[in-house]
Amino acid sequence: MSTRIALRSVALTYLGVLVVVPLAMIFYRTFEDGFVAFFESVTTPAAISAISLSLTIVAIVVPLNVVFGLVTALALARGNFPGKGLLQAVVDLPFAVSPVIVGVALILFWGNDGWLGGAFPVIFSLPGMVLATVFVTLPFVVREVEPVLREIGTEQEEAASTLGASRWQTFWRITLPAIRVGVGYGVVLTVARSLGEFGALTVVAGGVAGESQTLTLLVHARYIDDHNTFGAYSAATVLMGLALVTLVLMTLLERRREA
Amino acid sequence: MITVTNVSKRFGDFTALDDVSLEVPDGSLTALLGPSGSGKSTLLRIIGGLEFADSGSVVIHGEDVTGVVPQKRGIGFVFQHYAAFKHMTVHDNVGFGLKIRKTPKERIDERVNELLKIVGLGGFAKRYPSQLSGGQRQRMALARALAVEPRVLLLDEPFGALDAKVRAELREWLRRLHEEVHVTTLLVTHDQEEALSIADNIAVMDNAHIEQVGGPRELYDRPANSFVMGFLGPVAQVDDTLVRPHDISLLSRPEGDAREAQVTRVSHLGFEVRVELQLGDGQPVFAQLTRTEAAQLELSAGDIVWLALTGDRDARLVSEDDRLDAVA
Ligand SMILES: Nc1ncnc2c1ncn2[C@@H]1O[C@H](COP(=O)(O)OP(=O)(O)OP(=O)(O)O)[C@@H](O)[C@H]1O
Ligand SMILES: [Mg+2]
Repeated sequence: MSTRIALRSVALTYLGVLVVVPLAMIFYRTFEDGFVAFFESVTTPAAISAISLSLTIVAIVVPLNVVFGLVTALALARGNFPGKGLLQAVVDLPFAVSPVIVGVALILFWGNDGWLGGAFPVIFSLPGMVLATVFVTLPFVVREVEPVLREIGTEQEEAASTLGASRWQTFWRITLPAIRVGVGYGVVLTVARSLGEFGALTVVAGGVAGESQTLTLLVHARYIDDHNTFGAYSAATVLMGLALVTLVLMTLLERRREA
Repeated sequence: MITVTNVSKRFGDFTALDDVSLEVPDGSLTALLGPSGSGKSTLLRIIGGLEFADSGSVVIHGEDVTGVVPQKRGIGFVFQHYAAFKHMTVHDNVGFGLKIRKTPKERIDERVNELLKIVGLGGFAKRYPSQLSGGQRQRMALARALAVEPRVLLLDEPFGALDAKVRAELREWLRRLHEEVHVTTLLVTHDQEEALSIADNIAVMDNAHIEQVGGPRELYDRPANSFVMGFLGPVAQVDDTLVRPHDISLLSRPEGDAREAQVTRVSHLGFEVRVELQLGDGQPVFAQLTRTEAAQLELSAGDIVWLALTGDRDARLVSEDDRLDAVA
């Protein structure tokens, strides 16, 4: 009995010191001077632009990675083709490679002195930021959906085909409903990671306030460059708020998965 | 009628079907019987279009469907593990094929209700598959397959995942359903009792080949080889003759060419009594007697009896090889 209590206390303290207390401190600092100060700080032109840029990136990255993730997961779970092992490994690459390297690699490829000789205005603008974010969030949907596809097997799909459903009808009516929780989970993780991406963006995004500055970059800039700690806390709180929304969604989804 | 002609199928360098030909007569309930791995499912899936043959042809009701996709074959397929659409109600499962065919909603409802009644799931339309028992799920799957009025019904071990009692019930039920609906049916099973009890025609498979096709009595009474004989029922071997153990009679005194044997064990299995014996040369044999026969002989271990072969001569085989691996 007492060991159990001791274990619990250790776990709670660990979580508390590492996660809860630091985050709560930011929260406290944000609202220390009242809600109005917070509101003003996160509705400056630079802040609004940063929030909308972050959300825009999410809005582009999520559909891209859902489509790519579904196709790849189907190929990995159902297909049988040469190079499948390689694809398996490549999908995990973004997890293994540090985001900073991703940023550098993108510049090497798309930048003015890069392979494409800067033919496309990618770096320091939205396309570059989207590319970087797509890259770092690539595995989530694939890795959430692939095991579900394996688990449900092919029998339901085969049954649908014997009942006259085309491949497309089978996908929409049978496969997708069966994997939707996995897809949802992948989307939530992609959203959270997209919002939080920092390393790759510091390299490829210009970081120009009001233009190419995401929420994470804004927090960093206010804190380090402007010594505006309060502004940094407020922006961080917004970021956390968005993350919290996705987290709540994730929990709800998980409940449904268990049900 | 389903006609399979010279179908071969390999998976890598493994041969699953080797030049197999089969005819399933119109309106029949044919069983494809064989041990695990003999190629039954592969043959059924090739007929259903879920797998394609390397060579040979499949003809359903006069139409060559060898390269045709399953959607266009006019088949109903039932899987061992039901393949229920988990996110749909029983009603939507059964109506799926009709919905794909853009049947008007009222017509779907009508047909689904009619089918659910036939398969005994009248009050279950609004449930989800997870709220049904295994037997109910399989009946739902059958209704779903029948909804599109298939030309042939293909069943892959439909009762294999159910417990013995439910399995026996559903077997009976399928037999009756077949008598009502009369759709040409091919049923895969590895259970010889199931095949003998419901099929009017049985094809015995072993090792990528079809060994024999015939009615249940024909296969039991005139097995083409020792494999078929052994797979359809128990076999005893006396010298080099294979015989059904109920075609062995035991006598209390020598007579004709009866052979002397010593009883080693007597087991009472309800109606039947199983007697294990040892012939003079040490060869073990077992015989099945009725209770009455056994009672008259008053057998017990150690007794000396005389063993004679009775019954139909054609029901015996001369052991030709060592393939008698299914002896009970
Ligand atoms: N997709 C596949 N890839 C490789 N080998 C396969 C495949 N499908 C079947 N086989 C092999 O072909 C052989 C026949 O398989 P099949 O499923 O037809 O057997 P079965 O008679 O239905 O057996 P069971 O009673 O166990 O279902 C087996 O040895 C199996 O391993
Ligand atoms: Mg099988």
